[in-house]
Amino acid sequence: MIIFEKIGAYVLSLLEVIGGFILLFVRAIGQMRHLPRFRHILQQMSHLGVDTLPIVSLTMLFTGMVVTLQTASEFIRFGAQSTIGGVVTIAVGRELGPVLVGVVSAGRVGAAITAEISTMKVTEQIDALRVMAMNPIGYLVVPRLIACLLMVPLLTVFGDIIGSFGGYVIARYYGISQFVYLQSINTFVVVHDFTGGLFKAMVFGIIIAIIGCYHGLGAQEGAEGVGKATTRSVVDAIILIFFTNCLLSMLLYR
Amino acid sequence: MQQEMVKLVDVNKSYRDRQVLQHINFTVKKGETVAVIGASGSGKSTLLKLLIGLERPTSGEVWLKEQEISKISEDELNKIRLNVGMVFQYSALFDSMSVGENVAFGLREHSDLSKGQIEEIVEEKLAMVGLENFASYLPNELSGGMRKRVSLARALAFNPDLVFYDEPSSGLDPIMAGKIDNIIRYTQEKLNMTSVVVTHDMNSAYYIADRIMMIYQGQIIAAGDVKSIRSSSDERVQEFLSGGRGKCPKE
Repeated sequence: MIIFEKIGAYVLSLLEVIGGFILLFVRAIGQMRHLPRFRHILQQMSHLGVDTLPIVSLTMLFTGMVVTLQTASEFIRFGAQSTIGGVVTIAVGRELGPVLVGVVSAGRVGAAITAEISTMKVTEQIDALRVMAMNPIGYLVVPRLIACLLMVPLLTVFGDIIGSFGGYVIARYYGISQFVYLQSINTFVVVHDFTGGLFKAMVFGIIIAIIGCYHGLGAQEGAEGVGKATTRSVVDAIILIFFTNCLLSMLLYR
Repeated sequence: MQQEMVKLVDVNKSYRDRQVLQHINFTVKKGETVAVIGASGSGKSTLLKLLIGLERPTSGEVWLKEQEISKISEDELNKIRLNVGMVFQYSALFDSMSVGENVAFGLREHSDLSKGQIEEIVEEKLAMVGLENFASYLPNELSGGMRKRVSLARALAFNPDLVFYDEPSSGLDPIMAGKIDNIIRYTQEKLNMTSVVVTHDMNSAYYIADRIMMIYQGQIIAAGDVKSIRSSSDERVQEFLSGGRGKCPKE
């Protein structure tokens, strides 16, 4: 019986957390009626988006290179070298771009959001905000949500381009010309391959911001509480990104 | 009749199984300074959090400026909080903002004052706490005592009619503690502000308070003016006032 109790307790706690995410998202949407100052949103976009560009670029460059490295020799063996550009770009645009940018952003941006908000929580800064008649959801969550909603898709656009370029670099190494690579992209890739990926990236942006803020606002006292909240935020965001990606891929590309 | 700025009616507060406050009843009138004393963990800070609406009571009524706040929404509560200030025990300054921005925060968010007018008020409040040259500093560049003074300047920036202080002089040297006490007295005498001050410092309590209230294990065990508290026959009060000195620790 104990094992069933444990499973039950785990399911309940999981549902509670998911309920918490949804509730926070709904409250943040409700707070959007008092639009935050544009300066706050820009600050967050710079802090959460622009500063993440280098690591996103590196991740996508190497991913595009590796995908081509693993597939090019097989494609050449079957005489299908004229499809490599298209295959790599579709893989990057539909799946690898949004998912990897999402995971990298969860690690960097999500962790930063949780660490900042949880530190504010344990040092009573959030209480100070409330005492000064500010709604912490409107002041802290909404600008981060808007910033992630805009910046994760934007990072994905950069990631897609850089990933495809990485593929091109390795394709050249295998003797595939620039014309063949670009022609392959032109032939096989359609706009929906990118728009679907960008839609996914928007959803991942929401997930990263909401989970980051949720764990930050719920952090327990002390340095240990900040550490635990940050770890949980990254883990939860990555799991939810993979789960949502699977769901969205089925909906968008079936 | 003087306005009741704060009123608690049979307030209880518990966290899980632990009862922190029991049957608390008291009133603070406009212009009064009330000091709340008691040992660490007796429920003083929880009491302040109930008064400003950061916590909700388990049962009972909390009245702030003649409005019952224990059941109203956060948005409604924020309207009342606009003219209430609070000095936190550990200052709670926004560490991503400079000292000046911290003091200006409430004015920027809730008033239509121009940038110049806000800067003038910030300068005035920082001068009031002796930190006129520190507006551009970040909180982590200041000592604990200086941060507390910035917190006080921030609380007073809006010229609130009610201010809550959570141990305003703890961790400060006697001269700085005296300066904070002088500011609290000044705000009462010149600006007719109402203050509720949680403190361990009995010298400070005697100096600033019109009335003193002692909390012991979540209950009010003594309340009255300075004279009556000093002459209280309750052993627990006397032990707190004397600091329990002269008693040998039990083996």
